[in-house]
Amino acid sequence: MRYMVMHYQTQAVEDGVLPSPAEQAAIGQYMQEAAMAGVLLSGEGVAPSSAGARLEITDGDVRVIDGPFAEAKELIAGFAILEVDSLAEAVEHARKFALLVGAERIDVRRVLEFSDL
Amino acid sequence: MDTTALDTTVATLWRVESPRVVARLVRLVGDVDTAEELAQDAFVTAIEKWRSEGIPNNPAAWLHKTARFLAVDRIRRRDTQHSKYQQIAATSPQTVDVDIDEVVDGDLADDLLGLIFMVCHPILSPDARSALTLKLICGLNTEDVARAFLAPEPTIAQRIVRAKRTLAAANIRFELPEETERPARLAAVREVIYLVFNEGHTATSGDQWIRSDLCTEALRLGRMLASLIPRDPETLGLLALMELQASRLNARTGPQGEPVLLMDQDRTRWDQLLIRRGLALLRRVDELGGAAGPYALQAAIAACHARARTAADTDWQRITALYDGLAQISPSPVVELNRAVATAQAFGPHAGLALLDPLFELPSMRRYHLLPAVAGDLLCRAGRHEEARQQFLQAAALTKNSQERSTMQGRAAECASRHAGTP
Repeated sequence: MRYMVMHYQTQAVEDGVLPSPAEQAAIGQYMQEAAMAGVLLSGEGVAPSSAGARLEITDGDVRVIDGPFAEAKELIAGFAILEVDSLAEAVEHARKFALLVGAERIDVRRVLEFSDL
Repeated sequence: MDTTALDTTVATLWRVESPRVVARLVRLVGDVDTAEELAQDAFVTAIEKWRSEGIPNNPAAWLHKTARFLAVDRIRRRDTQHSKYQQIAATSPQTVDVDIDEVVDGDLADDLLGLIFMVCHPILSPDARSALTLKLICGLNTEDVARAFLAPEPTIAQRIVRAKRTLAAANIRFELPEETERPARLAAVREVIYLVFNEGHTATSGDQWIRSDLCTEALRLGRMLASLIPRDPETLGLLALMELQASRLNARTGPQGEPVLLMDQDRTRWDQLLIRRGLALLRRVDELGGAAGPYALQAAIAACHARARTAADTDWQRITALYDGLAQISPSPVVELNRAVATAQAFGPHAGLALLDPLFELPSMRRYHLLPAVAGDLLCRAGRHEEARQQFLQAAALTKNSQERSTMQGRAAECASRHAGTP
């Protein structure tokens, strides 16, 4: 089964501070770790919310709001899709991410598959 | 901490971490048996410790440290033993000198690769290699391996014990093969991975047509190997092939678990993420100049199907050309059979049937159910329903898979009614 492992933005990144070489190396090391475990299917990181937008829809009315947005902690910073046996296994990979890269919070969510529908 | 939660975490950690722990230990102590035993000791120590103190923040690091400690202890005791022997015997047996610090800081990728080469050693039979690989590289327990192969647990346990004994008897130690030896050794590794994949992809026995657990393990192995040797085109080709074939797993069975042939599949059920991965790998193979390798060619064929939005869009001429290439570099009756299928699609059933004829002469194909299955299909399309019916019945008699048997019987019955319908 597949899990999406998401981590959240920090205020520093939102403020435009680029990841330090050490942080970049840590992310690279994590990607290598996950690939070496044979579980990594895909992964992406996103730019600060100042480079993005949000759509708010009320009663069919679409309002487009340009970033940046407050509450860095609520903003996704990146995700990985892992192919694993169980939630417990996904959690152990997320733990590695947290320990290597550092994150305040990581969400581990199961990806819906055809057999669920 | 509650026991069930602890057991789950430790079982998961075994799956995630034991291959690395064992790999590192093999490099330290040299042989698989001792390494596995020490890894189990480390996990047992963990359970005891964590039961009272809770799971540490970094359980993986804890396990590696404990395993290393146990290994160093074992080596010391062995050395002590060894020097005692030396006092007795004038000739000293060969010892392995290991710089423990170098190993601990060394490259985990090399450790894993070394372990993979060891458990896939050509000295072992393919069955023994795949059982040992699933156990040590995928971190499955013997029960899971037995379930995956639909074999009784004692049989698999025996197979694994014997495999380890064979490795020990031949004094096969941890090593990264020399450059000159590598291609042959890598071929042996790829063979195991594809064997596991195929066993899952077209289950040769049992009630289920696909055993996706085996496909998943083979993919995990393929992805692992591709990350360890990312510049080896045939390894990437093998992975591309498996990703593309696995992308169709959801569509390969109908509601009753019956097989659905490629041309009849609901393509909206194909897994686009796996297709993208497969196509990207194939591009990489091309960049590395390996497009003509046997796995790469098979992947290129699978890619032709993946790219076709509908069955009618399939580029059969290109597929036929790719099979012609495959038949030249790695000829086999199965390749010929597939070439016949593609040729029939591109140039009509008669062209395909002409390629099948010589296959019926081969003793190795006499018990192979897919030959009469394909012949039946082509004869049916050529309007030769009675001959087709005979072939489908023959295929039904030969297959060991019960789902496939009923499909073949169904097609035979269909032919019978069509034959009756033609004046």
